[in-house]
Amino acid sequence: MSDTKKTRIPIWRDERAYAVLAQVAFVVVVIAAGVFLFGNLLSALRRQNIPIGFDFLPTRAGFDISDSFLEYTASSNYLQAFQVGLVNTLVVASVGIVLASVFGLITGLAGLTHNFIISRLARVYTEIMRNVPLLVFLVFWYRGIVFNLPKISEALSIGPILVSNRGVAIPWLLEGALSLPVVRGRIFDGGFVLSPELFAILSGLVIYTAAFIGEVIRAGVQAIPRGQFEAARALGFTGMQSIRLIVLPQALRVIIPPLTSQYLNLTKNSSLAAAVGYPDLWSISTVIINQTGRAVEMIAVVMGIYLTTSLLTSLFMNWYNNKVRLIER
Amino acid sequence: MSQSNTNPESAMIQCVDVHKWYGQFHALRGVTLSVARGEVVVVMGPSGSGKSSFIRTINRLEEHQRGTIIVDGIELTHDVRNIERIRSEVGMVFQSFNLFPHLTVLENITLAPMRVRKMNRERAGKIARELLERVRIPEQADKYPGQLSGGQQQRVAIARALAMEPKVMLFDEPTSALDPEMIKEVLEVMVDLAKSGMTMICVTHEMNFARNVAHRVCFFDQGNIVEMGPPAKLFSTPEHERTQLFLSQILH
Ligand SMILES: Nc1ncnc2c1ncn2[C@@H]1O[C@H](COP(=O)(O)OP(=O)(O)OP(=O)(O)O)[C@@H](O)[C@H]1O
Ligand SMILES: [Mg+2]
Repeated sequence: MSDTKKTRIPIWRDERAYAVLAQVAFVVVVIAAGVFLFGNLLSALRRQNIPIGFDFLPTRAGFDISDSFLEYTASSNYLQAFQVGLVNTLVVASVGIVLASVFGLITGLAGLTHNFIISRLARVYTEIMRNVPLLVFLVFWYRGIVFNLPKISEALSIGPILVSNRGVAIPWLLEGALSLPVVRGRIFDGGFVLSPELFAILSGLVIYTAAFIGEVIRAGVQAIPRGQFEAARALGFTGMQSIRLIVLPQALRVIIPPLTSQYLNLTKNSSLAAAVGYPDLWSISTVIINQTGRAVEMIAVVMGIYLTTSLLTSLFMNWYNNKVRLIER
Repeated sequence: MSQSNTNPESAMIQCVDVHKWYGQFHALRGVTLSVARGEVVVVMGPSGSGKSSFIRTINRLEEHQRGTIIVDGIELTHDVRNIERIRSEVGMVFQSFNLFPHLTVLENITLAPMRVRKMNRERAGKIARELLERVRIPEQADKYPGQLSGGQQQRVAIARALAMEPKVMLFDEPTSALDPEMIKEVLEVMVDLAKSGMTMICVTHEMNFARNVAHRVCFFDQGNIVEMGPPAKLFSTPEHERTQLFLSQILH
């Protein structure tokens, strides 16, 4: 046994050499392709006399943005406009992920119950969402549903939440106190008001993604052996306790990887916000591109931002996945 | 020790004419059995005869469609409150252990007392450590189930069930997934438990356990009890031909 170790393997038969070689070859090909494409781009731009750089950012933008969490007027510059879009996208993505998780969990568990009507409803909802293109659904949701909500004077109240075709008002912390929205004439007073566009993109993405998350959760729960649930019931846990304390924590291992890709999908899909008139990162960037012609720079930055957001989400989910990993011998 | 002293008044478990169907399949066909307080009943019989189905109806892991099951004076009906009360009085040990792999041994044992009985963490932990002492693995408290041997896992499962202070313990082939030396350590714990006066129904084919500990042995075939009696009598002079055939098979 020990003498085989001592004999040197010729490099052309060494599997370790193959592994290294394959990786080196791959990196070389990728870099070569990158250098070629970038060089090509630069020479094309030079031929057409198009400048490249970010010097246009401090210029006055001159367009209005309907929805903004930051200070912004038409006399703000492109950089500020871009920041407004970035914040809008981050808000939609992060709030959307939280809400889609909650509704996805409900949908997934509803699909698992033995209550025929509830599980049927969950299945029908999921099937509809899986078979409709998101863009079509968003336009339908905005034009067909959000537009046709009651007028503000007849706003629908769901608990403390007021819903109308002029937007949705939710309770909010204002100056350290909880402020409940009320209708004053033609406007909402107090609380936090989501414009119809913000409401449409947020709820549209949540409704769409929750169906997929529901499937992910259903599959994850079904992967847990029945005996786990039975042991929990035999100990006296209620059905809900058994799911919450025993089944879900184990199912997370199976759920997290596909759940992560649903989170990434939601984030990327938020770039369809233009379809409902919401000024997200992508729709503001297209306006800037139209006005300045700086497509290469803008698209590079936008792609960089989506990539960074996705990588951060993945990193966080990987860290979490490691944390809930089972300890085996 | 025989059937005659299990009068209905003192019975811990009373099953009368219990029927169960899985769809069209008639799995239990009128099982009648009454188990006295402190009695140890061993259930034997060929595969598919309905042994698991029977003991699983006692804590409603399976629903019975006809007949009565009364546990400690509480009748098992569709009343959710009754089902919960019975489940918290009946402990169950499974062939495949079914420990919760994401929790440590100690957490496996303390979770139900804390969440179902609303016991505080200190007290639940103290009881859990005493139980681990009793099943002879106090040093494994902080490990995860995946790090234990099968025999150790099954003893944790017994401790976990005991932590709810059940009045009845059900065992469904607790040793059939184990190697011989591990079978011994689990059986020792079960013998201790029987001697402490626990009411037990054990589905097992461990002849020595049945011979030494059981007050009665029930022989199941095709969804019903075909013969029942003290182990000495049932093993030496079985009356029913199915029992004779089965015993001749497992004794060789
Ligand atoms: N969930 C189920 N659905 C349909 N049939 C079932 C189900 N569970 C059990 N059965 C059937 O009921 C019969 C009795 O099964 P049960 O598990 O109670 O037998 P058992 O005596 O415990 O057998 P074993 O010794 O193999 O564990 C078998 O024929 C089995 O196929
Ligand atoms: Mg069985």
